[in-house]
Amino acid sequence: MKTVSFFSTCLTDTVLPDVSRDSVLLLEKLGCRVVFNPKQTCCGQPLANSGFQQKAKKAMELQMEALLEDEADYVVCPSGSCTLQVKEYPNFFEDQPDLLEKAERLSEKIYELTDFIVNILQQTDLSASLKAKAAYHPSCHMTRLLDVKEPPLALLKQVAGLELVDFKGQDKCCGFGGTFSVKLGPLSGAMAAEKVENIREAGAEYLIGADAGCLMNLQGVIERRGYPIKVRHIAQVLMAS
Amino acid sequence: MTIKTSDLPLKERLQKELGNPQMRKAIANAQDLLNGKREAAFEELGDFEQWRETAGTIRSHVLENLDYYLTQFADKASAAGAQVYFAEDASQAAGYGLEILQKRKAVKAVKSKSMVTEEIGLNEMLEEAGIEVIETDLGEYLLQIDDHDKPSHIVVPALHKNRDHFRRVLAEKKGYKGDNVPENMTRFVRQLIRKEFLEADVGITGCNFAVAETGTVTLVTNEGNGRFVTTAPKTQVVFLGMERIVPTFAELDIIFSMLARSAVGAKLTSYMSLMTGPKAPEDKDGPEELHIIIVDNGRSRVLESDFREVLRCIRCGTCMLECPAYRHISGHGYGTLYPGPLGLALVPVLAGYDDYKEITKICSLCGACNEVCPVKIPLYEFIFEHRRIIAEEGNLTPAGEKILMGRYGDVIGSSALYGLATKAARFSSFAPKVGPLKQWSIDRDLPKIPKTRFRDWFAARKKNGGVK
Ligand code: SF4
Repeated sequence: MKTVSFFSTCLTDTVLPDVSRDSVLLLEKLGCRVVFNPKQTCCGQPLANSGFQQKAKKAMELQMEALLEDEADYVVCPSGSCTLQVKEYPNFFEDQPDLLEKAERLSEKIYELTDFIVNILQQTDLSASLKAKAAYHPSCHMTRLLDVKEPPLALLKQVAGLELVDFKGQDKCCGFGGTFSVKLGPLSGAMAAEKVENIREAGAEYLIGADAGCLMNLQGVIERRGYPIKVRHIAQVLMAS
Repeated sequence: MTIKTSDLPLKERLQKELGNPQMRKAIANAQDLLNGKREAAFEELGDFEQWRETAGTIRSHVLENLDYYLTQFADKASAAGAQVYFAEDASQAAGYGLEILQKRKAVKAVKSKSMVTEEIGLNEMLEEAGIEVIETDLGEYLLQIDDHDKPSHIVVPALHKNRDHFRRVLAEKKGYKGDNVPENMTRFVRQLIRKEFLEADVGITGCNFAVAETGTVTLVTNEGNGRFVTTAPKTQVVFLGMERIVPTFAELDIIFSMLARSAVGAKLTSYMSLMTGPKAPEDKDGPEELHIIIVDNGRSRVLESDFREVLRCIRCGTCMLECPAYRHISGHGYGTLYPGPLGLALVPVLAGYDDYKEITKICSLCGACNEVCPVKIPLYEFIFEHRRIIAEEGNLTPAGEKILMGRYGDVIGSSALYGLATKAARFSSFAPKVGPLKQWSIDRDLPKIPKTRFRDWFAARKKNGGVK
């Protein structure tokens, strides 16, 4: 049995706990033993992306400690963006050998949830079902920088009753960008609004993604505009039956 | 114009552009159209990754050996009869240009589109001295008669405006009576400009790339105006950005192959003008004098910095066409001559953080630009590094932001503090009215914060023996 140390990320821990819950249940359903180390907090990305790398390093050290402590076989995270951040930890500790070693170890162990299911557990048909028309938002960090493109689609294709619709500007950024969304709110909002309008135009009843940040961003617009589009993280879809 | 194109503070500038639906529609259409054309053009070329690796290596090699190639170029160009000057900064460069024109008692100059002349504020200096400057690139011409509106893109300067707008401008300023069909408007402008070409004393151009081996300056255009500017007037002044050099024609071939495909989705541009020295006695046309002004204006500083590779840039504008932020605010939102990802990476180091640190915020770090840059500039990494320098070095970040970020760092750097802070995360009811979240909630609802965190659920389940 594979042991998985689950990295929830601060956002799904506090704002979207159902995403983490369903991710854990899913991993367990697929035969993993899941541990959650409560020392974990946030990957540090909001600080690092704003330029505050030194301040972010304290959080990075803490995640290294928390996520390596249980000596699990793998670390799994339900966010492409946060996974990317952890994968890049070694870049921040190049001149600190002992921490660099830890950073590298963690960087090798961590997987984004769908990548883990498809490429490590080698499963695609999770006998989930959702009878609906859905749009999938490929988040930027996950597809472009982490290079996880196919796994979420491979999983969604096996969901009974689910019809995936393409939409205009599908691979464009949703405008979230972490602190970008609060620093330049109106610009970020304009980017999100265009995305939502395109999703709506494609007739999607559901919006599915693998990054809680992007989903929260798009959901904010959907709610503000009163559209009947339901927003789900892929873990929630894969647990639906 | 200079590198700075607006004095408005960042947020006001963005607000102004976001409030311009006509511009946003024009840019979005242009992005979609040109990106599609570019993808098709590269598909036909073959392995894009390999091509851009090669092009990037060529550019990087030149930067590493820039002294050598600049000297070689200057020697060869001089040997071919050109007069080569080296200008350290904008005022020197524009000043040289003015001197040349004044010596020839020029009253009228025709110009082909050039970013470096915009960068050094050449037009303004010449106009102040009473010399009439006529832009002959169609887009630039239209902007010039449209009360000197500013370019919003480095290749397609009038990207932000549509044909109806220009029909009105042409009617108002030049008595045009036709419809809004681009071909008809172009024909009209062509007739107006032709007269100017024949009357002009001096032709002014930029230079896409200079060839070191032969001392050749080159110009690519799609309208043929560049050819006219470089052949009709007796005196020719070429402004060359210091880094825009290739060793030989073999490398020029590769760079131009990438440039035409990236910029406009074409295999080649319609015109490619190559000039080695002034008119030879046996030549039928061409300038009698050829001056080449090599412009540094901050490039040496970039060359010595960690951002050197941004000088690989071939000014194709692709990163702007791919940028999802540029899409909504156009080049004008940046307040700089070089907008988009290129601008974010280049301008703070070319012209200093004091004036340009703010623009590094205009990026969601989506990484789209990195995937398309034909010379593989690590734009994402450069923007990221600028932000680090702004946050961590010197006195570049407002104290308030530093304190806020410091507090956040303390919280996520400690399990105990994080536990306390998130337990008390009941801020959703008042947050929209205060602090940074106000920005979020202008166009979006904030999520409702649930009572139980994931970790509480996990712990409770463990306690109840719910874990296998
Ligand atoms: S940075 Fe790259 S994509 Fe952008 S204009 Fe320069 S060469 Fe083109």
